[in-house]
Amino acid sequence: MFFRTWILGIKSLLLHPMRSALTVLGIMIGVFSVIALLAIGEGVSIKAQKDIEALGAENIIVRSIEPPNDSIEFSFSAREFGITRAEMNQMKAIPTIAQVIPVRELRLQFQYTGNALAEPRLGRLVGCTPEYQGINRLEVDRGHFLTHPEKQATVCVISAELAKYFFPYEDPLGKEIFVPAKKNRFSIVGVLKEKTATGAVGGSLSGQDFANDVYIPIETMRRLMGDLEEKRSAGSFERKKFELSQVTCKVKDVKDVPKTAKIIESTLRRMSTDREDYGIIVPFELLEQARSTRIMIQLIFGLVAAVSLVVGGIGIMNIMLATVTERTREIGVRRALGACRRDITRQFLIETIVLSVVGGCIGMALGVAFPISAEGSKVLADWLAPEYYERIPTYFREVVPVLVPWSFPLAFGISVVVGVVFGLYPAMRAAQMDPIEALRHE
Amino acid sequence: MGKAVEIRDLTKHYVLKSETVKALRGVSFDVPQGDYVAIMGPSGSGKSTLLNLLGCLDRPTSGSYMLGDENVAQMTDDDLSAVRASRIGFVFQSYNLIPQLTVVENIEVPLYYMGKLDSRAKERCCMLASMVGLGDRLDHRPTQLSGGQQQRVAIARSIVNDPEFILADEATGNLDSVTTEEILQLFERLNGEGRTIIMVTHEDEVAEHAKRVIRLRDGHIVSDERNTDRVIAKSSVEKVAPEDAESAVDRSESPAT
Ligand SMILES: Nc1ncnc2c1ncn2[C@@H]1O[C@H](COP(=O)(O)OP(=O)(O)OP(=O)(O)O)[C@@H](O)[C@H]1O
Ligand SMILES: [Mg+2]
Repeated sequence: MFFRTWILGIKSLLLHPMRSALTVLGIMIGVFSVIALLAIGEGVSIKAQKDIEALGAENIIVRSIEPPNDSIEFSFSAREFGITRAEMNQMKAIPTIAQVIPVRELRLQFQYTGNALAEPRLGRLVGCTPEYQGINRLEVDRGHFLTHPEKQATVCVISAELAKYFFPYEDPLGKEIFVPAKKNRFSIVGVLKEKTATGAVGGSLSGQDFANDVYIPIETMRRLMGDLEEKRSAGSFERKKFELSQVTCKVKDVKDVPKTAKIIESTLRRMSTDREDYGIIVPFELLEQARSTRIMIQLIFGLVAAVSLVVGGIGIMNIMLATVTERTREIGVRRALGACRRDITRQFLIETIVLSVVGGCIGMALGVAFPISAEGSKVLADWLAPEYYERIPTYFREVVPVLVPWSFPLAFGISVVVGVVFGLYPAMRAAQMDPIEALRHE
Repeated sequence: MGKAVEIRDLTKHYVLKSETVKALRGVSFDVPQGDYVAIMGPSGSGKSTLLNLLGCLDRPTSGSYMLGDENVAQMTDDDLSAVRASRIGFVFQSYNLIPQLTVVENIEVPLYYMGKLDSRAKERCCMLASMVGLGDRLDHRPTQLSGGQQQRVAIARSIVNDPEFILADEATGNLDSVTTEEILQLFERLNGEGRTIIMVTHEDEVAEHAKRVIRLRDGHIVSDERNTDRVIAKSSVEKVAPEDAESAVDRSESPAT
């Protein structure tokens, strides 16, 4: 009997296949967008979390920040800023810290004199220690990363992109990278594998692009280049002095991270001058933040998608109102043959539920296929219009939608609720009709 | 035979914005079980109104209506539905089959609302379909049938719940004389089985088949007489028994509107 009522509902809907299909489409899009948007949101937050995790939950990163150059007056004295080696040693003395890893970065032109075709290329000269490889998860393709015995040597490790650029047909190992600005040469001991850029993390750490990096031992950098940087450009002459760009402190126990971060902060405040020329990034705390951000993203995306479900629901209501009017005569006949009001309500409600459930099921099926099709469309976009695809920020290109399991029951549940809520009014209207009036309806 | 229906001073007023239409102004009569009544009268005299009241589709403004020993005037909407489902069979002028359902499914509808849609229901519906001569059209849709055929399905539907009454409002109004005759044969047969039939009609030729004729005018009964020279529909319907499949096929091919 129960079964029959449903069959009847389906039969009545099939009387207007086009109309029913369009109504189903509305709900389908709603359910799909709930699942898809939540999947994108999840992808974004997973990527953010991965980026933060890449920094290492046990690490605390202290980064020098160059203060804005607001001196209008021409000055010969160098601007001094950033974390100093003395400060680094203070941090090293904190008992919860196992290790401190200093980094000094410069933006410079690189050149390979053996390849006349390759123009000099702007990149990052990174003075670092062997530990740098571990904290940034750099993978070596050929040769080796900087080693402790080499800490005074004029050697370097280059990125895969630079290797490809300067040495398309040669083996880069043993060749020399020339830094025109410093008139230094570094012989290549290692080539890295390609590494994708990281997104900006928190407020103070901007995204890092490892594409044009050259790594040299930090002691070599200090010996050859000192702490002073001079920049000459048309009409201006700028001198700045900084000892370190970044210090990564590895904490012994992750539990101690928040405590250690506070100690570092107070240490630096005591030592540093009045200027805020450093930032402290605590990935551990960022991770916590990212988790709450994730909930926010899901909430917002979920709401946006839910709106489309409501729109679908209004579609259902619209169609059902039309159906009820159109089938007034049928309602009258059924009432005359003994149907009570509840029977009529149930009949029309079942039709809306069938519509929304079918829409929900198709929407879920499409939702399951969404990550695959999203990847597919990226490949397609790259193939059809690579130049436009390239312009999409890497960060977005790398977001992979991740299905959220609970989005399925949620979307489906909402669609059924929408079906019932928006179907109830037309169904009740049908049930409230006077049987005689209904029978007389043309 | 006992009284099937007893109505006393039945009135029905329709309250409109500007006026009150008194469709029935005090109608009283009894219908014994097994009677065959034709209600006649000019247009607007209240025939349909009366039939709808008798069929429990509506409640009277005043007066009493006893159906067996139940007072219909005091029933709730659900009670009325239950009475319609189990005790009354309707036949309409415009057939009123449900378009998305097949012949058998249409016949089944009252059983569904009676809660008697069991495994034997289908069998019974098929039997009824062949009784009205549509044994070979079980899976057809109403739109694939002629008017006469549709009306026969409607009659099968009206008796599927084994009702005490069959109420027909101009059941033959849309049919030609040959088909009308066929429908009347069916009615006669059902009446012969002991069912009470009350039908509204405009046509004297149709009313002649009834045992009794009630005439209405302006909501009053003007005459209520037994039919002395009652006409019995020709070509016996008894021939068309459910087991007589061949003649059922013949009948379904007879001309209709
Ligand atoms: N729902 C209604 N609202 C207002 N007036 C109504 C309503 N139904 C019927 N009437 C009025 O009641 C009177 C009787 O109507 P009814 O339908 O019973 O006539 P009838 O005898 O069946 O006529 P016909 O032979 O044309 O079918 C008419 O004057 C009609 O206008
Ligand atoms: Mg009428």
